[in-house]
Amino acid sequence: MGDVAHTAGTAVPHDDIDGAELYHPHSWLTKYVFSQDAKVIGVQYALTAIAIGMVALVLSWLMRLQLGFPGTFDFIDPAAYYQFITMHGMIMVVYLLTALFLGGFGNYLIPLMLGARDMVFPYVNMLSYWIYLLAVLVLVASFFAPGGPTGAGWTLYPPQAILSGTPGGQDWGIILMLLSLCLFIIGFTMGGLNYTVTVLQARTRGMTLMRMPLTIWGIFTATVMALLAFPALFVGAVMMLLDRLLGTSFFMPALVEMGQQLSYGGGSPILFQHLFWFFGHPEVYIVALPAFGIVSDLIATHARRNIFGYRMMVWAIVIIGALSFIVWAHHMYVSGMHPWFGFFFATTTLIIAIPTAIKVYNWLLTLWRGNIHLNLPMLFALGFIVTFVNGGLTGLFLGNVVVDVPLSDTMFVVAHFHMVMGVAPVMVIYGALYHWYPKVTGRMLDDMMGKIHFWVTFLGAYLIFFPMHYLGLLGVPRRYHDIGQTSFVPDSAHTLNAFISVVALVVGAAQLLFLFNLFWSLRRGKEAGPNPWNATTLEWQTPETPPGHGNWGRELPVVYRWAYDYSVPGAARDFTPQNEPPPAAAP
Amino acid sequence: MAVALIMVLVAIGSVVFHWLSPWWWTPIASNWEYIDQTLIITFWITGIAFVAVVGFMAWCIFRYRHRPGQQAHYEPENKRLEVWLTVATALGVAAMLAPGLFVWSQFVSVPDDATEIEVVGKQWQWSYRLPGEDGKLGTSDVRLISDTNPLGLNPDDPNGRDDVVIEAGDLHLPVGRPVKVLLRAIDVLHDFYVPEFRAKMDMIPGSVTYFWFTPTRTGTFESLCAELCGVGHAVMRGRVVVQTEEEYQAWLQGQRTFAQLAAR
Ligand code: HEM
Ligand SMILES: [Cu+2]
Ligand SMILES: [Cu+2]
Repeated sequence: MGDVAHTAGTAVPHDDIDGAELYHPHSWLTKYVFSQDAKVIGVQYALTAIAIGMVALVLSWLMRLQLGFPGTFDFIDPAAYYQFITMHGMIMVVYLLTALFLGGFGNYLIPLMLGARDMVFPYVNMLSYWIYLLAVLVLVASFFAPGGPTGAGWTLYPPQAILSGTPGGQDWGIILMLLSLCLFIIGFTMGGLNYTVTVLQARTRGMTLMRMPLTIWGIFTATVMALLAFPALFVGAVMMLLDRLLGTSFFMPALVEMGQQLSYGGGSPILFQHLFWFFGHPEVYIVALPAFGIVSDLIATHARRNIFGYRMMVWAIVIIGALSFIVWAHHMYVSGMHPWFGFFFATTTLIIAIPTAIKVYNWLLTLWRGNIHLNLPMLFALGFIVTFVNGGLTGLFLGNVVVDVPLSDTMFVVAHFHMVMGVAPVMVIYGALYHWYPKVTGRMLDDMMGKIHFWVTFLGAYLIFFPMHYLGLLGVPRRYHDIGQTSFVPDSAHTLNAFISVVALVVGAAQLLFLFNLFWSLRRGKEAGPNPWNATTLEWQTPETPPGHGNWGRELPVVYRWAYDYSVPGAARDFTPQNEPPPAAAP
Repeated sequence: MAVALIMVLVAIGSVVFHWLSPWWWTPIASNWEYIDQTLIITFWITGIAFVAVVGFMAWCIFRYRHRPGQQAHYEPENKRLEVWLTVATALGVAAMLAPGLFVWSQFVSVPDDATEIEVVGKQWQWSYRLPGEDGKLGTSDVRLISDTNPLGLNPDDPNGRDDVVIEAGDLHLPVGRPVKVLLRAIDVLHDFYVPEFRAKMDMIPGSVTYFWFTPTRTGTFESLCAELCGVGHAVMRGRVVVQTEEEYQAWLQGQRTFAQLAAR
């Protein structure tokens, strides 16, 4: 078995630490606001992401109202609709999911799960959050700027993104969007370098790489990917800003707009698409890999069983991460790029399905012969498996170049990506919040509210997005504020749209219930104790709950085993914490 | 118990919905029924996988749910099972990829006898150009666009003088003859999309893109724009009329050429 391992290692001497090594806050302001404690920063990231995510959620209601009942709401004209989809899409993908998984869970969990006291560069970590907040504020400002936010779609394709036929194209909208993205990337880079170095350098004694919980593997790999992928977006954003503000022509060919010859010439719109998707495809996995990691730990913990095939799981994460850099042009099959690229990108794309499928099998095989506690984190994990498998399988349609030709740019695509990178990761986020909330606050979230939240969200989201595939198959294009009278669209399709919209509003209401639960349980929730789930990983073994600054009191924990010693035959309890010494080595 | 049951219902419900759904692709009007067939293969393989995964999951939830005295089985890995599953998945993937790539190779190989026609997108309307007597389209350049030359045709190119220019009208095509559709945009990205033909492709200002197909039945088909191109995106509609050869020729006689338009 080499150095992997689920076997307990030999004892390692304890490590002392000076009190002086950490910066200790001296005032309320440095403790809760300008904090350098990764846990506080993680909570700040999470709350900010959830707040801006609420904006995206409200936008989705407005879009659904328009699609379900076109013509009823005067204030949603085509321009407003395009602004809504753009802001909704960008906020959900970048400012909510990326920030929450990496900035939120990454900050909170990396030091705790690895037995470190904090991130290695706490000050830079603090800056990372404040720059992220600034990025969010700049984005929000575009709602109030003259001309409103950009309506170019979250893909921001030029030339239209900076021309007058698109909302915000010749006003502030697109400029603020690009600036905000640049800020986000700068902030993320500060955090990302921190997470990477912390994982590589600050693990406690005994915590070999192959003993790390899969949560950390997921977040770590996603962070490395983000560090490699975001620069492409950064460059694209800067070049587009130059095109828009200084009249350069990186992405702008000679063109005639509304009868006017423009002075642009010689640039390539397709170049932007390559830069965007070189970022955009890995981005999907930047969101998915942390979800994969976290859900593995949720399933193992609540099925009381070791994760099945740990090494396969680690390698699958790493391989998916690597492969995801050579599949980007599957978003461009009908972009007009050279058709021969189709052969290459279809092949690489379908190959990714194999390690992905292995992960699904291993989750199922972890449930198999387990001892499944159907509590809230487990329910959300099960919801994740269903929606992720569904969305992953429709990915095989869109990845298989020729099948994508009729389906691309239709509602089939909207249904697919919502299932796989909207609903599925959100399921994991909720599962994770129910799972770790007791560690963060010392109290459990209310179970009854949680159950309602789960069933409404899971079944509702499925009802929204499953039938939507068939609208796309029929030929309904995406990004249409109103399909109107179209020869091939029967009346029943309008009925379906109205149905989807009603369900979307109900699902939205359930999220408000969750928010309420989040605050209500802060005071009224059941006391959790240090380790309510009987979990093995280090964050549950802290001397205090919630953990104090520096996490571990005087002595760092020492790790003797992998993270998945659940139901070990012969053990007294059905879990053996990572820092529990093997019987022989115990003093 | 209830959870397992609901999961089974989700799987069964999805399959039932698939079979009963009144929303399905439009009746095909081009030679690309191969694309439809690849899609059907994909539906079968992925459908079976979905039902198997969710079904197995539901069974595990039922069989291994927590009860007093229940203990999980400790088994870190099982090489044989993992290899076996990997191979089965790879076979499934290959069964979809192989026909997919085969059909794609046809999609990208334009037959030699295809007639070249041109569709031009601008905010928010389609224009068309058909080759004249000589069967060739003349060259064009955005810089030449003006009120009298809306598509920017090159007046010095003899091939272009007899080209038939259709602004804001319907595109007519003869049934049964392969066409190579050249796509051009003069302002922003657009995408010429007729669901019944199955094919679509973006048009990019500064480049000429293309796809080909053979119309296989007569009728009038609605074309839409499938690439967000600004506030008028959803109203950028057009019509393609597929006719018999005689009807088509009769229609063609009534159209004006570039030379005639320029002489106005
Ligand atoms: C129940 C919750 C949600 C509803 C009802 C919803 C609804 C919608 C609607 C109606 C559209 C526009 C479709 C179109 O006209 O093309 C859209 C677009 C989009 N949504 Fe969502 N959405 C939800 C959650 C999410 C989540 C969690 C994500 C995170 C990945 C997400 C990401 C996107 C993206 C990236 C777009 C594309 C924007 C564009 O076309 O530029 N959505 N959503
Ligand atoms: Cu268009
Ligand atoms: Cu359009």
